[in-house]
Parts: sequence; structure tokens; C-alpha cells
Amino acid sequence: MSIATNPSTAGDGLLRVRRSTHSLLYTLTGAVAIVLLLSVAPWIVPAEWSTVLMNFFILVTMATMWNLLAGYAGMVSIGQQAFVGLGAYATLYFAIKGVNPFYTIPLAALTCLVIAYPITFLLFRLRGGYFAVATWVVASTASIIIGINSYLGGGTGHNLPGMPDLAPTALQHLIYLATWGVALVVVTATYFLLRSRLGLVLSSIRDNEISARSSGTKVTSARRLVFLIAAAGTGAAGAVLAISQVYLQTGNEFNLQWAAEMLFVSMIGGLGTIEGPILGCVIFFTLQQTLAQQGAWYLIIFGSIAVLVALWQPRGLWGAFRDRFHVELLPVGHWVGERKSESRVRRSARKQGASKEQPGPLT
Amino acid sequence: MIWLNVIIQGVLVGGFYALFACGLSLMFGVMRVINLAHGDMAVVAAYVAVFLTPHAHIPEVWAFVVVAPLFGLVGYVVQRTLIQKSIDRDPFTTLLVTFGLSVIIENLLLEVYSSNGQIVNIGELIVKSWHPEAIIYISYVSLAVLAAAVAVLALLQLFLSRSGTGRLIRAVADDHEAAQLSGTNYRHIFGIAAAIAFATVALAGIAFGMMTEFAPTSGGINLLFAFETVVIGGIGSLWGTLVGGIALGIAQQFGAHVNPEYQVLFGNILFLVVLAVRPQGLFGKKTALS
Amino acid sequence: MGETLLEIHDLTVYHGQLCAVDGVSFKVDAGEVLTMVGANGAGKSTLLRTVAGLHRQTRGTVTFKGAEVTKLAPQRRVRLGISLVPEGRRLFSSLTLEENLQVGAHHANKGPFNIDRIYELFEWMPGRRRQRAWQFSGGEQQAIAIGRALVANPQVLLLDELSLGLAPIVIERIYALLPEIVAQGVGILLVEQDVTLGVGVANRVHCLLEGKTALTGTPEELSAEQIEQAYFGGDMSVASAHDEQP
Repeated sequence: MSIATNPSTAGDGLLRVRRSTHSLLYTLTGAVAIVLLLSVAPWIVPAEWSTVLMNFFILVTMATMWNLLAGYAGMVSIGQQAFVGLGAYATLYFAIKGVNPFYTIPLAALTCLVIAYPITFLLFRLRGGYFAVATWVVASTASIIIGINSYLGGGTGHNLPGMPDLAPTALQHLIYLATWGVALVVVTATYFLLRSRLGLVLSSIRDNEISARSSGTKVTSARRLVFLIAAAGTGAAGAVLAISQVYLQTGNEFNLQWAAEMLFVSMIGGLGTIEGPILGCVIFFTLQQTLAQQGAWYLIIFGSIAVLVALWQPRGLWGAFRDRFHVELLPVGHWVGERKSESRVRRSARKQGASKEQPGPLT
Repeated sequence: MIWLNVIIQGVLVGGFYALFACGLSLMFGVMRVINLAHGDMAVVAAYVAVFLTPHAHIPEVWAFVVVAPLFGLVGYVVQRTLIQKSIDRDPFTTLLVTFGLSVIIENLLLEVYSSNGQIVNIGELIVKSWHPEAIIYISYVSLAVLAAAVAVLALLQLFLSRSGTGRLIRAVADDHEAAQLSGTNYRHIFGIAAAIAFATVALAGIAFGMMTEFAPTSGGINLLFAFETVVIGGIGSLWGTLVGGIALGIAQQFGAHVNPEYQVLFGNILFLVVLAVRPQGLFGKKTALS
Repeated sequence: MGETLLEIHDLTVYHGQLCAVDGVSFKVDAGEVLTMVGANGAGKSTLLRTVAGLHRQTRGTVTFKGAEVTKLAPQRRVRLGISLVPEGRRLFSSLTLEENLQVGAHHANKGPFNIDRIYELFEWMPGRRRQRAWQFSGGEQQAIAIGRALVANPQVLLLDELSLGLAPIVIERIYALLPEIVAQGVGILLVEQDVTLGVGVANRVHCLLEGKTALTGTPEELSAEQIEQAYFGGDMSVASAHDEQP
């Protein structure tokens, strides 16, 4: 019996690395179609749908950022509502100073980024659950500090001044475009971010932090950068939230409910995928609309689904779908495979379930 | 004199915070689980005391005699099923699942019992207090709760350090695989730790319900305080938890004295300062940290 | 030697996609020392951990005194009589020396070993019984770990890399214990990277190479060159010393 082992002779030059299992042309066409459709939506759908879509976009923005933080960078936060609130109140602040609320959106994002920076030095002393609850303490503190400030309305609330003087429907359209714009920018930015060097760094940290550190990866810097980006994105969501609601109250903008929604939506949709939070939001809003009359039941049901999904299908619904059918609408991973023609690979993948291509640890 | 009152009130509430926090500390120390539903469990216990024990003809003030062991049992079952399954996946899942449970519980309570404030009926005891000086009021209830907290912590400490099961719990906390290799069913021990945690949190919840009005959302803020207590006092030390609770209590009372709106804020600030300056807490070992 | 206590048949264990143990079979009798040698990564530790129940095997069986234990949880195996002293000692660091032994004794079987007996074996222990485990040196910790396993009165003792990280003189003292343990009728399965040490104390030797059995036999039957070849590999067929006919 021979003892010598035979490493798989895939042969040099016969391996190649690709970014997706299918032509990106499909994704691009689909994406363009969806973008166009959603951009003209307010003019073709009933007004209530418009409102639902606005809330959908806001939650998608928040969830995508939360997922970036938790699913890709491994930091579970239940305090992102801090930045929802800070973003909203930054908008209020600048609006009171005379800036057009719509122009405050990037300002709000920047404000959150600046505030988040020193906070990371405190928070990064903790890991796991302690990090999570510490983020909550930060949110609670932010909420109280803003609430004490009567200039911004204190506990009772404040109206958002300086909204453009337009007819109600036109204004509504404008707000819609703002929320849609923010969501589009944030999701696209996340996609390109994860395809970049940073994305690779994050994958390596997620898989094995110690190896990553020892190979020179600046783990803490990468984490800090992600936290800042998430803060900025969530702040932008808070800004459009303020614009869409027009009346701000600390109890609303800093509500833990946001954390719950971001979290559930990402869990159900699938952590660590871009499509996951979006899918989760779709399910969430469908459920909410169907159970609109039942008070808090939609949250109970949604929460229960989230818990069940976490226990039995930890990769979320999109994750399970993706594993089964090897489809990625927004591919950010890497696939290593033998050189074969595209169609043959896809056919054999569907037939065998486990394809010849290994969804490697880089996914 | 005013400062003396601030300190006394801080100590009184600190004992309560420690009682609340010791379950959290235990679950983290033994199985590295942060139970984000910890605060809500306490509130559920309070609701059980107000709405369910009267059916068993037990006056609310004695509800804890029945509710605490009951919660212990529930804790064991929940740990062996739900939480163990999350632990087997990864710490991530545990956080997500316990947070999910927290939201579910709060909203269920909201649906069933509405958002009205409730209180555990202890009759006249609620207004009785000791009034030694002009500004100093020591309410009997708070004093009783402080005494109970110290007693429970002492008993727990004794149990952990002297008994065979307590020893197994400490061994499992150090290295559950090695405990397995020594013949211990570590999942069973996890269950016992959870049972203790749930029982103490039930006591804390009922105590809370005796002292103030509670509602479905009360769990959240109490979890925050429990967590701050554990971090300030130090992860892994029961007496540290008591000191942490008292420190938090005093900070909060001081804040309230300056401006009623600052109560929670001052507590948060103390927490953040401890985090910045001495992250392992006053008496802690460096377990939860980077 | 005595009755066959432990029987491993065609054991195959995977570590993710890597085959760590491939079709290994052997037995351990009462009162003997079977030493398993092999290079790093040869699969020795994985094998021990699987026998102890910490790893699930893909194929094969583990039989203890005739009864199959392949599906039993680790703590059940301990209570039956299989004890593992894991690699790296793995003491309960915040517990005292005595408490560590007490934990081991909690689910003990009847037998010659108890805490007092351990204190006799290691005279330095009683004086320091209230010291916390983390305060002891590597060699002392190894002794405590062995004591903790012995106190449960195992019939089969699995020892994983006893000598790792210890000074030679300490290793000597630890190894001097083995004959005493074996004299009580315990069967020992010893995993050792240091071949000289391992073979020196063995009744039988089993060499693993990349998860497969490369060589078996008694120390008298096997030459140093044979063991060396089995350890490092090279084109060599699986041989049992009994096949070697001049």
C-alpha cells in the first residue's frame, strides 16, 4: 500500500477565479430595470404604496448597514438607533440653521461619522455580547443628551423647518426620491465596498481573526472603518426619516425598535449577503401590511420567525436559496473552479447539487 | 446631609441592581451567554406575581416563594433547548436569539396586558419607611430588597465555593470540555446555572414590581442597568456585582439630585468611564475583553 | 497481558474535509501500555479524542469490554471507565489543586485510586492543595491532570502528549508513574511525539503516518530504522513486525 499522497492534480493553469457563477450581464439588466421602475413608482402607484415604499427604503438602508457591521465585520450592535437619532437630529439642527433639509442628508451622515470615531475607541474594548449592550448604552446616552436639549425640542418634540414650499403631492414625490436615492446609494456603495480590498480583508477577519492579524492585516482599522461607514449610512437613513416624518421626538428617533427591525430583517433575509436584508425587508413589509390591524402581533410573529430562522437556517432565507441554487444577484465573493464552459458548469451544478466549483472560504 | 441621603438611596437601589445582575453575570461566566431577554424575564415574573398567583390563592407579597422555583425550572428547560441550540451554533446566534426573545416577550406582554403600569400589591408596606433625619427616608421595601439581595448573593457565593455542584459549575465555567472528560455532563450544569439565573431574576423582577410601577417595556432599561452593574463591578465576581450595583446606584442618585433628567445619564457616564479607564471592572478578571 | 479492554476497529475520522484518521484498528489490554507514535499531524490526537468521545467518527467502531461505545457522549465513557488526559493539561485554572481532583472524583468508579492515594503518589501535592491550578508549573499541572483522571478509577487511560513543553527531568518523573498505574490493571493508550520516550515505556507500539497505520509490533521486534521509516514515511508498505521474515 503506497503511503505517498496524491494532491488533487487540477493542473496549473486549469484553475481560475471568478467573481460570480453566471454572467453579470443578467444582474446588470435586472438592476437597471428595477432602478427605473422604482424611480417612477410614485407617479404610477397609489399614494399609500408610496409611503410604504419610503419606509421600505429607509429600513433597507438601515438593515444593509447593520448587516455590513454584523454579517461582514462580525460586530453585533443593538445600538445603531443612536445614529438613526443623531442623523435625524443633525438634520433638524441644520434645518433650524437655515439649510434646506434635503441638503442636510450628507451633512447628517458626516456628523454621525465624526461622532462615531471617538466612540469606537471605547467600544472596541469589548467583544461579542458586551460590545452589543455597550452600543445600546451609547444609544441611550445619545438619546438622553439630545432629549435634555430644549433647543432641539427636548422630550416633547420639534417640527422640521425649512421644507420646500411645494404642493403636497410634489413634496411627497421629492421625499420619496430622497429615501430611494439614499437607499440606492448605500446599497450600491456597500456592493462595491465588499468587492474591493476592504471586502477581502473583512472576509479574512471573519474567517480567522488570528491568522488575519498575523499576516499583517490591520484588523482594528478595518473594523473601525466599517463602523464609521455604518454610522454614516445609518445617519443618512435617520436624516430621510426625519424628512419623511417632519416631526421629531427622541422617543421615536432613538427607539430600540429600529434595532429590532434591522436585526430581524437581516437575520431572516440572511446575514453576510447583500440581498439578504433586502429580502428580509420585503417579507417584513408584506407581513406588516397584511397584519396592519393586529397591533404588535406582526412584530411578535416576525420576531418568532427570526428566532426560528437563526436556529435552523442560520444563513437566512437568501443564504439557503443561494447555497442551494448557487445564484448570487449581487456577487461579492470569489469562486474557484476548473476551466469549463459556463453552461456546462451551471448544468452540472444544478444536477449534482454540489458543484465542481467549490464555494471557497472567500465567499 | 443631602449627600448622605444620596449615598443611602444609592446603596438601597444598588442592592437591587446586584440581585438583578447576578443572573446575567452567572450566565455569562458559565456559558458565555449574554441573555438579552434577562430584563424581560424579570418583568414576566412580576406579571405572573400580579396576575397569576392570585389564582392559586397566594397573596402577591408571597408570590416569590412559588414564582422563583418555577422560573428556575423554566430556565433549565429554556437553556437545555433553545439556548443550548444557539450556543452550539455560535455566540452570534445566541445574541440574536435572546434579543429576538426579548422583543417577542415585550410585545406579547403588551398585547395581553396592555401598556398600563402595574404594581405588586404589598399593602401598607409600600408607604412605610424609616425617617431618621430630615431628608433621609429609608423605605422598608427597599431595605428588605437590599437585605434579600445580600442574602441571595451570599448564599450563591457559598453554594459555588462549598458545594459539589457549585464546584462543578466553576469547573464547567473554566473549561467545559475538560469537565466532560472528567465525567460531567456540562449541558446539565449549564441548565443548572440557567435555572439559578432565572430564579434570581424572578426574585429581582418581583422586588422591582414591589418598589415601582412596571410595564411591558420595563425590562429593557433594567437589562441596561444590570449590564452596567456587571461591567462596573467586574465580570466574574459576585461581590464585585454588589459593589458595581451600589456604585451605579450612587451615580444615578447623584445625577437625579443634580437634575431629575440626569439620573440614567450619570449611570451611563460612570459605565463609559469605567470602560475607558478600567475595562475589566473594579474586581473583574479579563474575560469578556479583547 | 490481561483481558482486552479497548478495541478500535477500522476507525476513520474526518476533520472538515481532511481525513485525519484512516481505517485504524488496534486493541488495548489490561495492564499494558500501547504507545502510538507519529509525526505532527499524523492523526494521533484526533484518534484519542475520538476514542474519548469528543469527535465523531465517520466509520468504524470503538468497543469497551465487548460493548460498543461509539455513540456515547464523553462523560458517559468516563463513567464506564475510559479517561482521557488531554493535550495541554486543561486543568480548571480557577479551582484549587484539591478541587480539581474533587471534580475528577465526582463521578468516580470504585477502585484503588482516590484523592488520598493520589496524595501518596505525589508527595508535594498535599502541602499545596489549596493553591489555584494556574499557579503551578507545567510539570506539576501535568501531574495534577493525571491525578484528576486517575481519581475516577479508569480502566483505560488515554494520555495525549504527556511530555509536551516539559523539561526532561520532569518528563522522567511523570513517566516513572506509568508502571505504577499499569500495575493496578489499568490499560494505557499513550500518544507520544518523542519516539524514544514512547517506545521506552511501551509493551506494544503502533505507528501512524498521515492517518494510516504504518507499523505495529513490540519494541523488541521493531528496529530503530523501521520505526524511523514509519514515522517519516517514504515508500513503505504497511508492515507488521510479524510479517518480516528474513
